[in-house]
Amino acid sequence: MFKKLASVFMSIALLMVCVTPLYASAAGQKASEDLRGTELNVYNWGEYISDGSEGTLNVNAEFEKETGIKVNYTTFDSNENMYNKIKGGGANYDIVVPSDYMIERMINEGLLEKIDMSNIPNYKNIMPQYKNLYFDPANEYSVPYNVGMVGMIYNTKMVKGTPDSWNLMWDKDYAGQILMFNNSRDAFGITQCLLGIDLNTNDSEDWHRAYDKLKEQKPLVQSYVMDDVYNKMEGGEAAVAAYYAGDYLTMHDNNPDLAFVYPKEGTNIFVDSLCIPASCQNKRGAELYINYLLREDIALANAEYLCYATPNQAVLDNPDYSLKDEKILYPDAQDMPKTQYYHNLPPQTLMLMTSLWDNLKIEGNNDDKSIYIGLASFVAIVAAYSIYRAVRKKRRESMY
Amino acid sequence: MNKKASLGQRLCAAPHILWSAIFIVVPLLMVVYYAFTDASGAFSLEGIRRLSDYTTTFLRSLWFGIIATIICLVIAYPLAYVISQLKVKSQAVTIMLVMVPMWMNFLLRTYSWMTLLEDSGVINNILGKLGIGPFHMINTGGAVILGMVYNFLPYMILPIYTVMTKLDHSLIEAAQDLGANKLRVIRDVVMPSTRSGVISGITMVFVPSVSTFYISQKLGGGSFSLIGDVIEMQFQVSNNFNFGASLSFVLMILILICIAVMNRFGEKDENGGVII
Repeated sequence: MFKKLASVFMSIALLMVCVTPLYASAAGQKASEDLRGTELNVYNWGEYISDGSEGTLNVNAEFEKETGIKVNYTTFDSNENMYNKIKGGGANYDIVVPSDYMIERMINEGLLEKIDMSNIPNYKNIMPQYKNLYFDPANEYSVPYNVGMVGMIYNTKMVKGTPDSWNLMWDKDYAGQILMFNNSRDAFGITQCLLGIDLNTNDSEDWHRAYDKLKEQKPLVQSYVMDDVYNKMEGGEAAVAAYYAGDYLTMHDNNPDLAFVYPKEGTNIFVDSLCIPASCQNKRGAELYINYLLREDIALANAEYLCYATPNQAVLDNPDYSLKDEKILYPDAQDMPKTQYYHNLPPQTLMLMTSLWDNLKIEGNNDDKSIYIGLASFVAIVAAYSIYRAVRKKRRESMY
Repeated sequence: MNKKASLGQRLCAAPHILWSAIFIVVPLLMVVYYAFTDASGAFSLEGIRRLSDYTTTFLRSLWFGIIATIICLVIAYPLAYVISQLKVKSQAVTIMLVMVPMWMNFLLRTYSWMTLLEDSGVINNILGKLGIGPFHMINTGGAVILGMVYNFLPYMILPIYTVMTKLDHSLIEAAQDLGANKLRVIRDVVMPSTRSGVISGITMVFVPSVSTFYISQKLGGGSFSLIGDVIEMQFQVSNNFNFGASLSFVLMILILICIAVMNRFGEKDENGGVII
């Protein structure tokens, strides 16, 4: 009798175990059932989602499996590239992932659609300090995805001592071994930190001072890079580079000689957020996707894969999260560097910055003379040859 | 040729004409429109005025393009001649070998040169094992030109090879019968009759070399900006389509001038036609 009772209990317990998750996911599926078969165009940064490589969770494939919505995933490598594409109107995306200052600009220009937060119950996972940020004070347009800070990566075998200042990037001892950001905002940002200038200054004098400093650095720079920094730092090709903290952890896995520091002059902090462009074709699908990315297991997979700091409290509380004690991502209060957000710059300042950046990249190569000499001699040879031909032709004609 | 085209012929040509109109003529007109307007769409010469800041960049592009073209020509001409003299079967194999790199993506090929040329890269590693070097190769003008030569060499070899195979051997034999030595045969028979191939080869190497941007970014480390880099930057980063269009417009004119000059050298050629 007792045995029978036990087996009944067991089967009830088993049933409950089986049914509960079924029931729970059924609720989620119900909402998305009529979205089955639709498509979702996601436009994200390169290397910015867990993609299933090396046994990780393939976030997009999992979403497709759960909801039946097809994800078309494409990537960009700078806010400006992404902005130009959206602004140009040539492409329709349902999800984009701009950084703070770009969100401010896109909201101002009406390029983003308000998100219906009632469709994103997992928004409760976002930490309060990443809500109501300056670029979206009422949390209407953006949902934080990742948080990061810019710092200095250096190779301990090549750099003497433990650097603590951006000055290392201007150090003549490391000429030809310095990698600088190949995007104007971050390159100017570092320089402004070093010079103690506000990152969002509107004073053209300030921008010119930063420009002069960058010009001073140019002869020392090995190359201006973005994603190439991985290869070059991991391969020991350069001694020091400025890059994002999360990416350093990835590089460190491949080259343990690398070290990282937040320079004492301060640095930039950024929040990359999930947004829905105004030209979105599948808004409910997009909201479902955002909610899905905030879900604890998915956000955890992304946080582990990307090594960026997460704004998701549920992930941080999860005992399986291996980077919880990583001081580079989550510095203690006393070690927290001075940080500033980028703000959207007014058009005039933006123009000034881009033209200064253009100038920096273009001018100042010291082989100018050889080009002039070479071209001039080439033109001379061509001219001499055509004269010779003309003369020969005449002579031949007179012969016959 | 002067005969009026039949309806059938015209119908066959129609898709091509439509294609060219939509994807060549209209974009060209748009480039011209953007080149002479400002952001608000009003007529403006601001873009053209700013060009003077980039004189050095223009000249550097031309100079690099010319050097790359000359090197390609020097390598490709003898090579094409040698290939054309091989047995038919070996010809097919050799031409295949020339083409094989082109099956791989252009960006990947350039990227792998970066790994080869770096200070701690493959080449310097091997040289180091042999006790030579290291040599600093990446981020120099030479690396950029190497990238151009490597990427565009097949475009020089193929047209020259094509005219070489069509070369009439009786002409060479006639010249030899009349007492011309080897050098004379090459100078007075082979070279003039392969000129059309050389000219289309030069065009196909020079034009992409002058306007490239990826090669100079990856192999030049950003310190050998070519005009293609500036144009790319205007569209991708600065969001200044008008200035980008002005630069493209002037670059097109410069290339046209270069091709016109070059065609003067080919004008006595009876095959005449030059592919631009």
